[in-house]
Amino acid sequence: MAEPKSDILQGTLDLLALKTLDAMGPLHGYGIAKRIEQLSDDALLVNQGTIYLCLVRLLQKKWITAAWGTSENNRKAKFYSISKAGRKQLRAETENWERISGVIGRVLQLPGRS
Amino acid sequence: MFTTRVQQISARIRAFFQKSQWDRDLDHELDSHLAMAVEANIRKGMNEDEAWRAARVEFGGVTQLREAHRETRGLPFLDNLLQDLRYTFRTLRRDAGFTTFAILIAGLGIGASATVFSVVNALLLRPLPFTDPGRLTWIGNIADDRVSEWSLQVGNVINLKEQSKSFTDLAGYFAFSRAGENNLTGDGEPVRLTGVSVSSNFFPMLGVQPLIGRQFSADESKWNGPRAVLLNYGLWKTRYNSDPAIVGRNLTINQMPVTVAGVLPESFDFGSIFSPGSHVDLYMPFPMTEETNRWGNTLGVVGRLAPGATVQSAQAEFTVLAQHITKVHPERNSLRPTVKSLEEHVNGRFRPALLVLAYAVGVVMLIVCANLANLQLARAATRQKEMAIRVALGAGRGRLIRQMLTESLVLALCGTIPGLLLALAGVRLFAHLDSFKIPLLNSIRIDGSALGFTVALAVLTGLAFGLVAAFQAPRAGVHETLKESTRGANSGSKQHHWIRGALVVSEIAFACVLLVGTGLLVRSFIHVLDVNLGFQPERAASLRIDPSVQFTTPAKRNAYLDEVLRIARSVPGITAAGVTDTLPFAEGERSWDVFGKGQVFEKGHYPEGFVRDVSDDYIRTAGIPLIAGRDFTERDTPETEPVAIINETLARTLWPGQNPIGQMLSQDKGRRVVGVVADVRHKALEDAAGCEMYLPARQRGDWSGINLVVRTNLPPAELGSALRAALKPIEPNLAGNEFRTLQHLVDTASSPRRFVVFLLAGFSVFALILAALGIYALIAYSVNQRTQEFGIRMALGAGAADLQGRVLFQTLGLAGIGVMFGFTASWILARSLNGMLFGVTSSDPLTFASMVAALALVALVAGYVPARRASRIDPMIALRGD
Repeated sequence: MAEPKSDILQGTLDLLALKTLDAMGPLHGYGIAKRIEQLSDDALLVNQGTIYLCLVRLLQKKWITAAWGTSENNRKAKFYSISKAGRKQLRAETENWERISGVIGRVLQLPGRS
Repeated sequence: MFTTRVQQISARIRAFFQKSQWDRDLDHELDSHLAMAVEANIRKGMNEDEAWRAARVEFGGVTQLREAHRETRGLPFLDNLLQDLRYTFRTLRRDAGFTTFAILIAGLGIGASATVFSVVNALLLRPLPFTDPGRLTWIGNIADDRVSEWSLQVGNVINLKEQSKSFTDLAGYFAFSRAGENNLTGDGEPVRLTGVSVSSNFFPMLGVQPLIGRQFSADESKWNGPRAVLLNYGLWKTRYNSDPAIVGRNLTINQMPVTVAGVLPESFDFGSIFSPGSHVDLYMPFPMTEETNRWGNTLGVVGRLAPGATVQSAQAEFTVLAQHITKVHPERNSLRPTVKSLEEHVNGRFRPALLVLAYAVGVVMLIVCANLANLQLARAATRQKEMAIRVALGAGRGRLIRQMLTESLVLALCGTIPGLLLALAGVRLFAHLDSFKIPLLNSIRIDGSALGFTVALAVLTGLAFGLVAAFQAPRAGVHETLKESTRGANSGSKQHHWIRGALVVSEIAFACVLLVGTGLLVRSFIHVLDVNLGFQPERAASLRIDPSVQFTTPAKRNAYLDEVLRIARSVPGITAAGVTDTLPFAEGERSWDVFGKGQVFEKGHYPEGFVRDVSDDYIRTAGIPLIAGRDFTERDTPETEPVAIINETLARTLWPGQNPIGQMLSQDKGRRVVGVVADVRHKALEDAAGCEMYLPARQRGDWSGINLVVRTNLPPAELGSALRAALKPIEPNLAGNEFRTLQHLVDTASSPRRFVVFLLAGFSVFALILAALGIYALIAYSVNQRTQEFGIRMALGAGAADLQGRVLFQTLGLAGIGVMFGFTASWILARSLNGMLFGVTSSDPLTFASMVAALALVALVAGYVPARRASRIDPMIALRGD
């Protein structure tokens, strides 16, 4: 099953997951998915399951770490937290994102001919 | 970022090996995820069912996620491969007959290729076992092919070395050593050892360091210096049990004390490089002095090129230097040095034969591939439905092709196992062909490169025959295939049939080429064996005798000779006996300038004659026809007139159109020609004898060792011990290793050709069998497909003979097309064999005719079995069938 989403979307999702963990501290997959859904009005995460692919990728890059823990309602769950490398990456990505979106925003705001 | 990439890959690899751990973790995670989602939904007011359904919908497909998760975290490529492999092994196990057969065919082909590769690798590809062998050159003299002339005179070598700027060093070895010249006594049984004298810089220049001990000292390399010897590794190991204390000890060789300087490493084998087919046990220092200079052309010379110099520049320099040296030293033998790379000198003669073998085995491999492709296609035809079902279940065409390729590759790689076993056996066999005059034969082995070659070949084979089948298989539409009954040809199988036909035709064509090549070389070989040798090797044998006593007078020497001959002639079963110093096809040939008294030739253009010192009756014993005049007798002694016997070629050269009997040769201040004998081949079976001259041993004092030649009416091999026993009273120390039949000498001389012919014949038989199998499989398949058609024909009144004829006709048609292509290809390719042919032309009609006949016969036999089956079809069963 090839990934259905484009690379940009995949990258965006990874970035959002990273940001979520940065902002909210250690969190399990369900929590991250819920948070992203809330923030993006379901626009980015079509299936909640997809978040696990995103987490595997981030784990592979050592940007996040995972450990088993107990959830607020006493369930065994895997908790993910952002690592030092992840923070660094997040900063870099954020800057990058702002720069690019700034450029694109300016370009798009150029007045049309008519 | 690079480090991130590496981390990612290593994480994937780790995950690949912790599959179950990851799967469990993911399941746990998903469970708790869903449970939390359900709880949240219930909190929102849904009932439990609704909550579950909603949670699942939000989550998405669990199975797909698992799959995607596996792909993201692990190595999906490897996963697929393993899956393909598991499936392949299951299918192949189910099809055990096909599998065994395919592995066997692939194994035979791969084995043959690996064997030939190791031979080619040892002889052509692998560098010689010396330091920087690329800069080593062989220095010949005048013409390389004339035995006496490739050697150089000591003085000339010294002058060349002094004056040349192209070489950092020149070293030489005494080129006229004879087998068994050194009688080693003192430690156990006496043995005759073969020794070679080398200049003191010979081993250092080649880069051969003694395993233990040292090189020859400067003192030892002087004329009459202290005697020293370097031992061959084998001798050290077998006779002295690898005792390192041997260094510095004194051995007794030819009744003289000799100090052991050291032992050479196992990797160094003088014989296999400089004198193929012979074996050297000892090395002595050869003094490069005024004394040895007087011996004439004696040295085989090897040089190491200086940095920047090339073979061409060295040759140019030597040509100029030689003219200069000749002017300064007109008294010396003529000097026209030729420079070529040592490697070319060693293997040059074998290159064409090896290339032929390599091409032949390549053709065999092509036939193997065609055959395997054919088998795979046949299987693919029966597996159409399986494929169609897999497609229907969602397998992509790419995946199917990969599956088919995996199967072929697995088959081919499995073939490397019997292949390597075969190659190991073949290589072992070749490495022990001691009497084969092929250089470096003993260094043939299956090494890393041979292994690499084998595996690469297997992969290539697998791809080659796999691709044909792979791109055929999944093409047929799912629908049609599933609907279609097993009988009745659809367009897909028609195409199959066409490709399979083409494969069989190409198999036949390739087999043709092999058969023609083999045929031509076999015919050449027969011609070579048939050649008029000029002597009769059957029922003749020789024993080397080196007198253990020192003779003080010629009379004593001759008395010894008389005694040896008397004893030999008295041994029961021996009908004649004589003595010679040089056996045909043996080592140690020498030649001199010969001319009639008063004849004058330009310097360097005197006729060369090979010289043999022989006793009375040798000529009869060896079976050399006496053309005119008389043989030597016991009365040809130092007291009587010096005489000589010459061969027909020398007679024609010196006295064309005249009676040579009674003429005078210039040798020894005049020798009268008393007899003319037939030419005796002695260099190679293919080469004419050249000029030969026989001198009576009794008139020549300078022989040291002799070959006693006997003719017998018993099997010669049984004679050795009887002869040795009879000679014991005068020669108690005769070594057992020097009794050999003359036929053995001839066989050794023909061995390189036999080597090639036997290998090629083996390949051809294999190719024929494969072609026959290919034809059989195809015809049988087509008969099977046409069962109904045949049934109808029979029902309509066609006779069995008619149907048989039809099938046979189809077979012959196929073979005919193959032969046509093969014939044309062989016609063109055979010309490249010209250099190896002897007594046949490359368009030899007999060879081509037998090739066509052989293939037609094979095709008929292969087609007959299915034809018979066709004729026995029961129309009732056939029509009802399926």
